[in-house]
Amino acid sequence: MRDLSLHILDIAENSVEAGARRIGIRIVENHRRDRLTLEIVDDGRGMDRALRERARDPFFTTKKERRIGLGLPMLVRAARAAGGTFSLSSHPGRKTKVRAMFQMSHIDRQPLGDIAQTLAVLIAGHPDIDIRYVHKVDGWAYVFDTKDLRVQLGAVSLATPHATTLITKDIHDGLTRIRRIS
Amino acid sequence: MPKLTFEDLEKIRDQAQRAMAVREGGNVRAKVNVHMGTCGIAAGARMVMTALMKEIKTRDLHDVLLTSSGCAGLCSQEPMITVELAGQAPVKYVNLSEAKVLEIFEKHIQGGSIVKDYALGIGSERTDT
Repeated sequence: MRDLSLHILDIAENSVEAGARRIGIRIVENHRRDRLTLEIVDDGRGMDRALRERARDPFFTTKKERRIGLGLPMLVRAARAAGGTFSLSSHPGRKTKVRAMFQMSHIDRQPLGDIAQTLAVLIAGHPDIDIRYVHKVDGWAYVFDTKDLRVQLGAVSLATPHATTLITKDIHDGLTRIRRIS
Repeated sequence: MPKLTFEDLEKIRDQAQRAMAVREGGNVRAKVNVHMGTCGIAAGARMVMTALMKEIKTRDLHDVLLTSSGCAGLCSQEPMITVELAGQAPVKYVNLSEAKVLEIFEKHIQGGSIVKDYALGIGSERTDT
């Protein structure tokens, strides 16, 4: 994966495959501590211990269509390459949480990439799943939650071109705003 | 969080209702599926999906259903899409770029003729041999 926003898309697609109805994506940029933390939490079916251990093996996959996995291990490698850490907590029937921490200024830390595009594609592909995205930059936060949009829209699908355009623009503007004031 | 204006709300409702009417009436002209597995994403599936979303928006189409799914088992040929026109066999396109996606949109999804140069094969593959 070229950047962190693509890792996020990949992990969130895993959440969808695991039957999640709600996915939380959280990014925290802390310049003082030189840390970037990425968390993805979902309410999918969860993994037992054996599956949890195998999920970090690049040659493991639950899919029948192919023989190797690679998704999570790529994020593990990206975090380690940037002086960071990785953790995975999951139990059957409970929330699954993937957490990767990076040294922000590390030369091998992958760029964030286009988070807005990742969210737009996720929402367009899975309009019934709720996604909450929180992005903090040194104490300032931008929050986007599909639930808030649903309150305004009623039962209308979020997968309409105008909705995804508005979402993309709001995320771009929101991130620019917290970067400017922080 | 976006605060929707009255105009936004109306526009989204209108688009959603038109899409719903097409689906309920069984009038979906084309189904386009983007393979969004790890392999697909690493190869550019997000760009492919974004390009398709943009085309549907600019052309103001309501009868093209865009979906995403997981890996189709041909990781080395990603990014891939499957295009299925109503009443026709699905066609899988492989090794896509944005330019190829736009060409497929114009010629196949809109024009009805398969772009053979980028197609892997026609029909659904069988994995059990």
